[in-house]
Amino acid sequence: MAQIFHRSSNSLAKVSIAGTLLGLSGLVWAAYEINAGAFITNVAVAREQPVPFSHKHHVTDDGIDCRYCHTSVETSPFAGLPPTETCMSCHSQIWTNAAMLEPVRASFRTGQSIAWTRVHDLPDYVYFNHSIHVNKGIGCATCHGRVDQMPLTYAVNTLYMQWCVECHRNPEKYVRPREQVFNMAYEAPADQLEQGRRLVTQYKIQSLTDCVTCHR
Amino acid sequence: MKEPKYWRSLEELQQSESFRRFAEDEFADRTPDWNDPASRRRFLRVMGASLALGGAAACTKQPKETIVPYVRQPEEFVPGKPLFYATSIMSAGLATGALVESHLGRPTKVEGNPDHPASLGATTPQMQATVLTLYDPDRAQTVTHNGNIDTWGNFVTALAAVRDVADLKKGAGLRLLTGTITSPTLAAQIGEILAAFPQARWHQWEPCGSHTEYAGSVAAFGKAWNAVYRLNRAARIVSLDADFLDPWFPGSLRYTRDYTAKRRDAAQNSTEAPRLYVAESAPSITGGMAEHRFRMRAADIESFAEGLVEGASDPRQHALLKDLEDHRGSSVVIAGRYQQPRVHAIAHLLNERFGNIGSTVIYTDPVEANPTDQVASLRELVAEMRSGAVEALLILGGNPVYDAPADLNFLEALQHVKLRAQLGLYYNETAEWCHWHVPEAHTFESWSDARAWDGTASIVQPLIAPIYNGKTPHEVLGVLLNQADRSAHDTVQDFWRAQHKGTDFSDFWQIALHDGLIAGTAFPEQAPPAARIPEATAASSGVEISFRPDPCVGDGTSSNNAWLQELPKPCNKMTWDNALWISAKTAERFNLGTGDIVELSQAGRKLRGPVWIQPGHADESLTIHFGYGRTRAGRVADGVGFNAYALRASGALWHGAGAQMKRISHGYSFATTQHTQTMEERDPFRLATVDEYRSHPDFARPEGQRVTKDLTLFPMWNYPKYKWGLSIDLTACTGCNACMVACQAENNIAVVGKEEVAKGRHMNWIRLDRYFSGPVDDPQMYFQPVPCMHCEDALCELVCPVAATVHSGEGLNEMVYNRCVGTRYCSNNCPYKVRRFNFYLYSDWYTRSLYGGRNPDVSVRSRGVMEKCSYCVQRINEAKIGAEKEDRPVRDGEIITACQQACPANAIVFGNLNDPESEVSRRKRQQRDYSLLEELNTHPRTTYLARLRHPNPDLEKG
Repeated sequence: MAQIFHRSSNSLAKVSIAGTLLGLSGLVWAAYEINAGAFITNVAVAREQPVPFSHKHHVTDDGIDCRYCHTSVETSPFAGLPPTETCMSCHSQIWTNAAMLEPVRASFRTGQSIAWTRVHDLPDYVYFNHSIHVNKGIGCATCHGRVDQMPLTYAVNTLYMQWCVECHRNPEKYVRPREQVFNMAYEAPADQLEQGRRLVTQYKIQSLTDCVTCHR
Repeated sequence: MKEPKYWRSLEELQQSESFRRFAEDEFADRTPDWNDPASRRRFLRVMGASLALGGAAACTKQPKETIVPYVRQPEEFVPGKPLFYATSIMSAGLATGALVESHLGRPTKVEGNPDHPASLGATTPQMQATVLTLYDPDRAQTVTHNGNIDTWGNFVTALAAVRDVADLKKGAGLRLLTGTITSPTLAAQIGEILAAFPQARWHQWEPCGSHTEYAGSVAAFGKAWNAVYRLNRAARIVSLDADFLDPWFPGSLRYTRDYTAKRRDAAQNSTEAPRLYVAESAPSITGGMAEHRFRMRAADIESFAEGLVEGASDPRQHALLKDLEDHRGSSVVIAGRYQQPRVHAIAHLLNERFGNIGSTVIYTDPVEANPTDQVASLRELVAEMRSGAVEALLILGGNPVYDAPADLNFLEALQHVKLRAQLGLYYNETAEWCHWHVPEAHTFESWSDARAWDGTASIVQPLIAPIYNGKTPHEVLGVLLNQADRSAHDTVQDFWRAQHKGTDFSDFWQIALHDGLIAGTAFPEQAPPAARIPEATAASSGVEISFRPDPCVGDGTSSNNAWLQELPKPCNKMTWDNALWISAKTAERFNLGTGDIVELSQAGRKLRGPVWIQPGHADESLTIHFGYGRTRAGRVADGVGFNAYALRASGALWHGAGAQMKRISHGYSFATTQHTQTMEERDPFRLATVDEYRSHPDFARPEGQRVTKDLTLFPMWNYPKYKWGLSIDLTACTGCNACMVACQAENNIAVVGKEEVAKGRHMNWIRLDRYFSGPVDDPQMYFQPVPCMHCEDALCELVCPVAATVHSGEGLNEMVYNRCVGTRYCSNNCPYKVRRFNFYLYSDWYTRSLYGGRNPDVSVRSRGVMEKCSYCVQRINEAKIGAEKEDRPVRDGEIITACQQACPANAIVFGNLNDPESEVSRRKRQQRDYSLLEELNTHPRTTYLARLRHPNPDLEKG
């Protein structure tokens, strides 16, 4: 009986098996990349805002501390977003006619709040508390990056659970002295691990990886 | 099969087929739509498609969200931190102090005000549910004129015209109708109106108010006095149909606190235990706490009480009298509002005879601004309306078309009035017949004041601006006083400014607002004259009907509150319904069964309703509850149950004989949770008398039945810092349901509706199991709250395929909603049946008005997710973070779970088991401590303190 399959079928079969495997893993890889990429996470994407607010200008040029606007960062889960009144405390004196600031003045005139777009947006089933992180020596820049160098604000981290848990498991890698928390230009020392371990003991930092630490 | 010692329903007692089927299948396939062969194929097709798309759907990009800061941020407002305001919540005119939690201006949760004498930090279920009423989308949202949308300005013009006419005629033809008023400011305003318009009249009608209390006091002393009981001094309590633990009893929270404190103290410290005797017709939670419950028709309580005065023939009365005699000055006799004035007079006389006045009972001036005979007041109004003498009627709150006694025919008389205006929270049955309707401001939107049951003046302050531009009675009456522009705030503040002697009014006012009450305004004790008993009226015979406010929705004001509708009634665990309660013997005599629909008639009035056989109910008597059969309540309550007011006569407000019953049809199905999630006959409830406990302190956990920790294959957990646990004292728990609603409010728990409850799918994280024990006719009734046990060796954790329920480092059984895929294995494996599954999207995600009331610290669950008690982990985390920031451990008592906070009996205590000095550790060290299903070796964190009772040896049978 004649052979049904040509000899090349053997190679074809091997190639298609390998191709399928490769293709599948390619798909998985692509899905992973998309999920971790800027399209989904908005990392490094400057979000459009009603007023093109520059942290770089206000922090670096003017030397305003984080807490001048984000008042409740040390006491509350929510860092706080400044009311229009805070903006107007300066801008009723300077740049009073700047067209760019019209939404701010309009808000102050009409009593209508400015609706800012969230740059760092956790899912609704995650409960994050700023105050405890700040009190335990996690710097603003550790999560938010060099906001003081951002003309328009963008996120530098995905805020995925994997990313959170990395620090919750190894806090000594990221912790800094409390007095450096609001220092945007702080550089981790060469002996970070050693200093980190010391601070973890000193600040009684626990490695909290229970689900209910964040989900409830 | 052996008869169970504790049973939850007649079906269980008989071990009927239907009970077995229900008990064996916690989450049975009770979904007929999926069993239908025609739709099964369609279901598979849809399911296939969803599976294929399921993965893709998870990749949804997060939507853009905004942050909206203030323009001018108020001082003290810290976003993310709630604020608490002291205010008061009214029930039948009486105030109870509350602290209301507000998240950025949205009230979300009610707690009791620890400084308020009527609350001491506890709440009733109804107080907890006030939040839901605030956000109820069915509230009246606009002024209406003849049913059309109108404006407040036009109403003011119309009312000003009434005022101008009244000015000319000295107020002739002008009538006010209100509920019971205790508010000093409102009373002063009404006083001003009556002074300005001398011929105007003020009528009051409170359907479930203190009608008989004052009448009884007038009969006994010739003057209306207010009796306040000091149960912390009472060793012997006799209740003559007085359900003083029920939220409808004035001062109930305080009485519960005082009474149960003595019970707990007796169990803990071997002080003398109080003893409670209750004579009643329908089972109540007070009857459940009683050592001796005398079951009798409501009408027979009068002769029972009489027997106590005249020397007893009955051995029961004899033993009771002897007990009272032995406790002169530390006993108390309380008559309930469901009894005739004569019974109240007898109670006053007995208290006098046993030297209790000034000790366990004190008398004060009446709390009500005008304690009139409200029935006579309403009757007079109706007669005047019918004669055409009433030209303008202003109804402030209330719903007389629905709840006035049926024989007065209020609605017919109302139609003779030329101008009818109503201020009301809802566009209800009465609003429908009024020319003008003005939406009323909710308590949380109002400035006002009111008195508590002991006279303490309590402040009502708003937490939120009126959502629907509601108005308070102060503002409406202001129009009649030519002060249309004066705010309720100014009216209330000016009243107290006039009362305050001294120059520091602003301090005084700030303190009053902070405390929620005006210190030192409780009425002083008065010495009443000698009591006398009025002549007896003719005794009635035949089947009697008793009327009661519903234990959950009350007199009908809270009917449209779904939390209260779905709250199981304490004594029969029925939800979403009212029924005709009768005893098994009476049912047999009339050949009736549970679910039969009967026509009930009395003096020509008729009513149809389903029968419910209630163990412990008096024979030849039936009880029906108000609050149902609404027609203009809203989407929740319309068409639910039957209207018991249709049978109520002005001459027999609470009970009357001569009822006829005729069976019409059968097969009405109730949604009751009484055997949902049963642990069956595995000794969940443990009980002993005080004497047995003293001689066998280990009765709850006898030596041979203990299981030790070493017998386990589970990993041994190590808890270096905190080890959370809960202790529930069954000696104190009265079964009042406050914990259930508090939990619902705190944890965003959904309501599911009658059909789903009937399938055993109610969502309450803490349930109150009720057990009967003893003879079917006259059983004892016990309550047991069951939250998650947070087992050390938890069976649920082992079986979850996706690790959605895991053990925390502090011993909590965590439930992670975002991991849960809904296999329900955990629930299947839970021996305590404390897990709840979202079969459908039970949480209302679409009614925007409800968003504001949710607790922002707890996830709102979606369909297909398991949930259960978390020990209020959001509160644990908040306290821990607070403590960490101050570099100290969490203090004992710093974390209070929602159920613990609401509990008026202090039955629930939460805390750290690693701390031997914590209250919870101290409680658990008592020998009464036991765990449910200990033999399963799950080592629950939630344990119980066994119930103790203190029966009279002369009365204890066998």
